[in-house]
Amino acid sequence: MIEFRNVTKRYGAVTVLDDVSFTIPSGQFAVVIGPSGCGKTTTLRTINRLIEPQPGTVFIDGEDVMDQDPVQLRRRIGYVIQQIGLFPNMTVEENISVVPKLLKYPKDACATITHELLTLVDMPYEAYAHKYPSELSGGQQQRIGVLRALAASPPIVLMDEPFGALDPVTRESLQEEIKRIQRKLKKTIVFVTHDMDEALRLADVIIFMDGGKILQMATPEEMLHKPQAPIIKSFLGRHIEESGAKEGMKAQEFMKRRVHTVLESAKTLESIERMRKREVNSLVVVDDDDHYLGTVSIETIKAKGKAGRAIGEYIDTTTLTVNRHDDAKEALDKLLASTQNYVIVLNDDRTVAGIITRTSTAKAMGQALWGEIES
Amino acid sequence: MRELLNATGEHLLIVFFSMVAASAIAIALGVLAYWKRRLGSVIIALAEIVQTIPSLALLALLMIVFGLGDVTMGIALILYALLPIIRNTHTALIELPPHLIDAARGVGMSRAQRLAKVEIPLCIPMILGGIKVALVNSLSIAVMGVLIGSGGLGYIIYRGIQQRNMGRILIGAIPVVVIALFFDWAMRRLERRLFRHTS
Amino acid sequence: MKLITLFLTNGPAIGQSLAVHIMLVIVSVSLGTIIAVPLGIALTRTKRIALIVLATASAVQTIPGLVMLGFALVLLGIGRAPALAVLTIYSILPVLHNTYTGITEVLPAYTDAATGIGMTAMQTLFKVELPLALGAIISGIRVSAVYIVSWATLAGMIGAGGLGDWIWTGLATYNTDYILLGAVPAAILAFLFSAAIGALQRILTPRGLRRRA
Repeated sequence: MIEFRNVTKRYGAVTVLDDVSFTIPSGQFAVVIGPSGCGKTTTLRTINRLIEPQPGTVFIDGEDVMDQDPVQLRRRIGYVIQQIGLFPNMTVEENISVVPKLLKYPKDACATITHELLTLVDMPYEAYAHKYPSELSGGQQQRIGVLRALAASPPIVLMDEPFGALDPVTRESLQEEIKRIQRKLKKTIVFVTHDMDEALRLADVIIFMDGGKILQMATPEEMLHKPQAPIIKSFLGRHIEESGAKEGMKAQEFMKRRVHTVLESAKTLESIERMRKREVNSLVVVDDDDHYLGTVSIETIKAKGKAGRAIGEYIDTTTLTVNRHDDAKEALDKLLASTQNYVIVLNDDRTVAGIITRTSTAKAMGQALWGEIES
Repeated sequence: MRELLNATGEHLLIVFFSMVAASAIAIALGVLAYWKRRLGSVIIALAEIVQTIPSLALLALLMIVFGLGDVTMGIALILYALLPIIRNTHTALIELPPHLIDAARGVGMSRAQRLAKVEIPLCIPMILGGIKVALVNSLSIAVMGVLIGSGGLGYIIYRGIQQRNMGRILIGAIPVVVIALFFDWAMRRLERRLFRHTS
Repeated sequence: MKLITLFLTNGPAIGQSLAVHIMLVIVSVSLGTIIAVPLGIALTRTKRIALIVLATASAVQTIPGLVMLGFALVLLGIGRAPALAVLTIYSILPVLHNTYTGITEVLPAYTDAATGIGMTAMQTLFKVELPLALGAIISGIRVSAVYIVSWATLAGMIGAGGLGDWIWTGLATYNTDYILLGAVPAAILAFLFSAAIGALQRILTPRGLRRRA
């Protein structure tokens, strides 16, 4: 449990934290959000004493952090930053086991920890343990950054915009992973972000800050339904509109927004590479203006494709499509009646809005019936 | 006093002419290194080797070929000045933002026009930085001219050493250090001012 | 051809001078490094003093070699010890400068991460800052070594011994053979020192920090 009691922090005449009090119960995923300069990072850094409160008190499990040795305190709290901060002179294994080593764990215990953690994020030990950070992709680096924070099994993990520098696709998969890990290991996580999507997706509780004060602390649902300040409303933006238009289910409510597209002029090899990377077996083909043309599947390319030819030659135009404002039932009927696995959802101008798959349908139905469900 | 002024004048003159010559040669070599990548690495490697040759050794060797006098000293100064200027010219050129070069190409400039109107002007602050390093070095190396019969402040210093006369050494040495620090400061300011204009 | 026979006939004498020269360089650069690295680290903890010290150091660097040796001659007299003293002082400067900039240029993300996961200041220094600054420090040592090979020839003037003796004698008597016998090995020695330390630098750089071509 983390408790802030009347915490204030000033730098000269500037007040960064203004009498902040809150409590995060153990095992909760707390997301601190707000515009830049709102004090969210300062709040985070006060927990492990990288910044010292004055006046005010921060308690961890009832103990004042100021009564504890800062170095020992930090070793018991995981810490992940946006710039990743993996030490470039150490291998993946050395980076992960750095805190256990500081805590003088025996060697074989460190090795076991590294093994287990790498398995947790599907990065096989043999393939990755001896690589250096510069040999990994950004997403892989930040996975290791997260593992380093988890290595000494700290009950609390602090994360400062950890996925801010990653591309949207990688960010989404890391978000899923961290949520899964948090549930599995029952960690208390304090997560700073300025991205409301991220906050809604991850948080058990959202702390909205502005000007060094907490404007609202609430569950995502509560914040969506009763935002208590105009700035929170503007942060929530489109989420409010979306949840407002429930009656008469439309196709768009069943779709997944993340669609893997490819230009018709792209080459065959490039497309295969993209499918491999995204772990999908077909892509949606669009023209230069983003208009929908059809789909292309890995089977077609493998059967007929030649290296160096444009993907446009292998388009399948028989794929089912619906308009996003079409009745949801129509879309589902189409999907169920065919042998295809998906229906493409188009905007009015025939650009791609999303995709309805059998799983996205099930998820949407579940949400409609029981509210937010766990994936 | 008169002797000191004369010696200082000689010292500055030989350094000045050597730096003008060295800058012309080194900037040309730097541009060449930029245009021809492979030749470029050879040029820079050679300049690096020249730079490592101990100054007394280089001077003595040059004296065997060119005899005693100011010319030999000038050649030594030019050789030592090459590396910092070539390297800065080359680095500045290869680090130019590609969009500027694209733009220059786009408006139909030839390679020579691009160099004269866009690339070199943008690189001037960094080239000046190289010249500054070379100049400060040269002021100090030129003191050794006395050993191969060239003039300058080295003459006063060396006589002081031979007479074990601290005062005389200082009389010769102080102008060298003051002038070096002055140029270092002045060129740094110039560099900064130009940098503000080009960026 | 003439050069080869010249070296063959003077082989042992040149060999001895070369050995002295190498000793001068290794002793003064080692001492210089031992002084400069801790000093450079200390300076990174006191930025204000650092600026003064580094400005002074670079001013000292503009003092011509001949002048420094002249001071040593007048103050300390003739011999190997005064020469080593001057050479050591001079070898400190590049290493000091590079140690300081090497450590101050370590990205704040790394030191922040190190502190954040619970490293003490000492652990941050030895496990993160020094390994990341190692490349810069070694290249400072390389610059030092090349300079000192050069200064050691000058130091022949105050009785340091080494290859400089041959050049000085050659210059004084206008004897081309003596100049060649001193200058050629000195030039090669400087190049070899530079290449050897460059190789050492490559070996000591962890794979993760090597720039990929």
